[in-house]
Amino acid sequence: MKKIRTPQELETLRNSLLQQRDPTKPCVRVCLGTGCRARGSVDVVEAFKDEIKRQGLEPKVDTKQTGCHGFCERGPVVVIGPKEMFYQRVKSRDVPEIVSRTLLNRKVIDRLLYIDPATGQKALYEYEVPFYKKQKRLVLANNGRIDPTNILDYIAIGGYKALAKALTTMSCEEIIDTIEKSGLRGLGGGGFPTGRKWRLCRKASGDIKFVIGNGDEGDPGAFSDRSLMEANPHSILEGMIIGAYAIGANQGYLYVRAEYPLALKHLQIAIDQAKKYGFLGNNIFTSGFDFDIKINRGGGAFVCGESSALIASVEGKMGEPRAKYVHTVERGLWNKPTNLNNVKTWANVPLIINNGAEWYAKIGTEKSKGTGIFSLVGKVNNTGLVEIPMGTPLRNIIYDIGGGILEGKKFKAVQTGGPSGGCIPERLLDLPVDFEKLTEAGSMMGSGGMIVMDENTCMVDVARYFLDFLQDESCGKCVPCREGIKRMLEIVVDITMGRGKEEDPELLQELAEMVKDFSLCALGGTAPNPVLSTLRYFRDEYEAHVRDKKCPAGICKDLIEYFILEDKCTGCGACLKLCPQQAIQGEPKKLHIIDSAKCIRCGSCQDACPYEAIMVR
Amino acid sequence: MVNFIIDGVKVQAEEGSTILEVARFYGIDVPTLCYHDELSPYGACRLCMVEVDDGRRTRLVASCLYPVKEGIKVRTHTERVVKGRKLILELLLARCPNAKTLQDLASKMGLEQVRFRMESKDCILCGLCVRMCAEQMGSGAIGFVGRGRKREVLTPFRMASEICRNCGACMYICPAVDLQCRGVKSPGELCNSCLVITPHCLEKYSQVMCTLESCGACLEKEGK
Amino acid sequence: MAESVPEYSKVDKIIESHSREESALIAILQEIENLYGYLPTWALRYVSERLNVPLIQVYGVASFYDAFHLSPRGKHLIRVCLGTACYLRGSARVLEAVERELGIKVGETTPDLKFSLQPVHCMGACALAPVMVVGERYFDKMTTTKVRSVLKQVQGKNEKD
Repeated sequence: MKKIRTPQELETLRNSLLQQRDPTKPCVRVCLGTGCRARGSVDVVEAFKDEIKRQGLEPKVDTKQTGCHGFCERGPVVVIGPKEMFYQRVKSRDVPEIVSRTLLNRKVIDRLLYIDPATGQKALYEYEVPFYKKQKRLVLANNGRIDPTNILDYIAIGGYKALAKALTTMSCEEIIDTIEKSGLRGLGGGGFPTGRKWRLCRKASGDIKFVIGNGDEGDPGAFSDRSLMEANPHSILEGMIIGAYAIGANQGYLYVRAEYPLALKHLQIAIDQAKKYGFLGNNIFTSGFDFDIKINRGGGAFVCGESSALIASVEGKMGEPRAKYVHTVERGLWNKPTNLNNVKTWANVPLIINNGAEWYAKIGTEKSKGTGIFSLVGKVNNTGLVEIPMGTPLRNIIYDIGGGILEGKKFKAVQTGGPSGGCIPERLLDLPVDFEKLTEAGSMMGSGGMIVMDENTCMVDVARYFLDFLQDESCGKCVPCREGIKRMLEIVVDITMGRGKEEDPELLQELAEMVKDFSLCALGGTAPNPVLSTLRYFRDEYEAHVRDKKCPAGICKDLIEYFILEDKCTGCGACLKLCPQQAIQGEPKKLHIIDSAKCIRCGSCQDACPYEAIMVR
Repeated sequence: MVNFIIDGVKVQAEEGSTILEVARFYGIDVPTLCYHDELSPYGACRLCMVEVDDGRRTRLVASCLYPVKEGIKVRTHTERVVKGRKLILELLLARCPNAKTLQDLASKMGLEQVRFRMESKDCILCGLCVRMCAEQMGSGAIGFVGRGRKREVLTPFRMASEICRNCGACMYICPAVDLQCRGVKSPGELCNSCLVITPHCLEKYSQVMCTLESCGACLEKEGK
Repeated sequence: MAESVPEYSKVDKIIESHSREESALIAILQEIENLYGYLPTWALRYVSERLNVPLIQVYGVASFYDAFHLSPRGKHLIRVCLGTACYLRGSARVLEAVERELGIKVGETTPDLKFSLQPVHCMGACALAPVMVVGERYFDKMTTTKVRSVLKQVQGKNEKD
């Protein structure tokens, strides 16, 4: 296995790969991302391999295992090239039919097609599916096309060309200039201008420098990092190598949370393969530049997504953040200049080097360039990964791409930025997605989580949920975060239990402002955001809980009661059998009744009722 | 030397000094709990926060850690800062109401009530004992264990430490447990005996026992 | 509960495969956790010795991260995702149902060491919400009514072996 030493050798390899690959040959691409895998796509792949062999089609049809396609709601996803026919919710038992009808006879299987619930229109090909059509997939473009465990796939689509260009034709200054001019900003939460960060790190004194890729994605509801690491790990590596070269670092670390075993596996395979081909190691592209990357598995702590806590973790310590009065670009890992960027940010780098800063700067808004990558989840029809130009209005993302609210319910709020962000109400739905605009509205971009909430979501409960999460995840070092969040949670819990007092919202506000200003790190500094934004936009819900002791959304257990609708109950007894408190009484075929005093509001009866006869008030 | 302004006064300091070191040198009183000038600064109590204007923006920083820079304007007692310090103290008192050091600070800051549910812990997690044991005594027998609200100062496995030399330095340096205060009267109400001037401990011990400066110590009120 | 018997050679192997430096601490502890299902006291003491890292730091790290446990855990590790997407789609109810079914609270292990119930905030599979993972098996769109059968399924599978 010869290493690739020059851009020409890379080009030659790429051309030979393209020659070997017949673009007209049918290829079955099955998504093996975590989401589809959990729905059995491994069985689907095996079924395809078996069936294709059984029918003697092996030389005529390829199968490919890819990473996350992004449309997780409709998994397992299968795309059949070259026409890119799109089949969704494929089960292994559908496979023989797909092989016989679609592969052999070019007949479409209607029930596996995506049908738009609003218009009833069928989409035959991937690019017709509204979810994908309205996106601008640049970073995620190749997610469903390549086998992430095969570097040749990445090379065939132009991989490592940017690295060759950067190392053989550009100076370090030019590379940093390009990134700066492009306007790329950190996509992990901070939104700090990437080029400027690299420049500061390059200028910092010291011979030993480090680069870090942050794949800790702790925000609940965000999985864009996971998807990228699983499906296109080389794009991250390529970005890191280019960045390390520009900054002058010879060692890189990828910090990946332990809850992402597939991402860890694919990244390690990618690193091993990149080493084999000479893209990592000594004298890359004969530039004299040495660089290697090591993977560090997260220990399980949300706070380790914060750069100084992450660094402490890499050093083998507890993940406690440090004051950043001297920035990590000057003194970071082992007190050496360290440049840390989110994996999505790194993956943008090869695109910018290949296509130029001007190309990138044309996309997006004045202050937020390029595309944003969001995990659209919650009470939305099309759960999945969305990549759109910065500046796209929230409404478009939730309705055009997301397909609107689940079960036709009413939109209430969308939470962006994870536990560090805030809730945005309906009247601000035309807000363009952009670093500054989201912050002005009391939220933030964060790691790209976008959680849609409907009329059955209690906003006070949402504040409680995030405070509870943050209290668990706080490292506990500083008083405002550790004690402040604890007391804010206490007050909000009291409110949800009907024990709220008139002065509580004011006390919450006072605490929130202090915690925001006095905390040691960004976890504490942004922890009050969910409380502050729900107080700002949903004050009436707080008032209802405090003054009237009512939960309008029907969620807070102490303020609601379950009851059975007389006209829907058939007396089937399913609820009675399941009730853990024996709180339901009734004779067969007659109306059943819930004893509210015994009821613990566990919700099992509601889950069990086949007639939707059990409601909450 | 670095030239900058603190509370309107032009000062000079050696490069590498922190704002707190300079403030104390010039007699400006910035309260602290987790700071000791013989130990490394920790920046956890956040009482020493001050406002710094570095020409580009104004923000709050921990003065025990922030290195002085040329031309900065520091203000140690703005409304935001004083309000926040008071609230931090209130949170700490809700956790450890019987700590005399906290009660003294409360009197000094005019804090009379705690609006949160009272607990009765005896550690404020300032880390002075940990740093004392590690840095001054060279042992490192105790340390922080656990995360968030489960954070405690412990020995490994909660068992008697094999390397502890019983020097007592940790108890010496602890600001929370040394002298028990009179305690809380009714839920949320501090004893506040220290709200007035003449130290009553002078009679008993013939010297002042508390750590307050002479602006207000405890007094037995007539008929109290 | 009796501590497991020390197996220093196994831990030595793990240490050699990484390095004897402080920065390898977390990776080494992760492998020991994989091997025993928790971090035995003797192993923590041994790692402290071999890496020359203060025991209190090793213990501190072991107590800080969710991946580490200081007491033995159950055979089947159950994780009910409480990530925001799953929570909104009702995973808290599912967790409570599992707690009732097993008689333990989240973070605990059943006395017979069969099941451990762990908190997790997001597995990155939000379209499958609410998600429950037992070992490596994912169960999607969970409801309280499915809990019993999932638990049976997981046990049943092992009884066959």
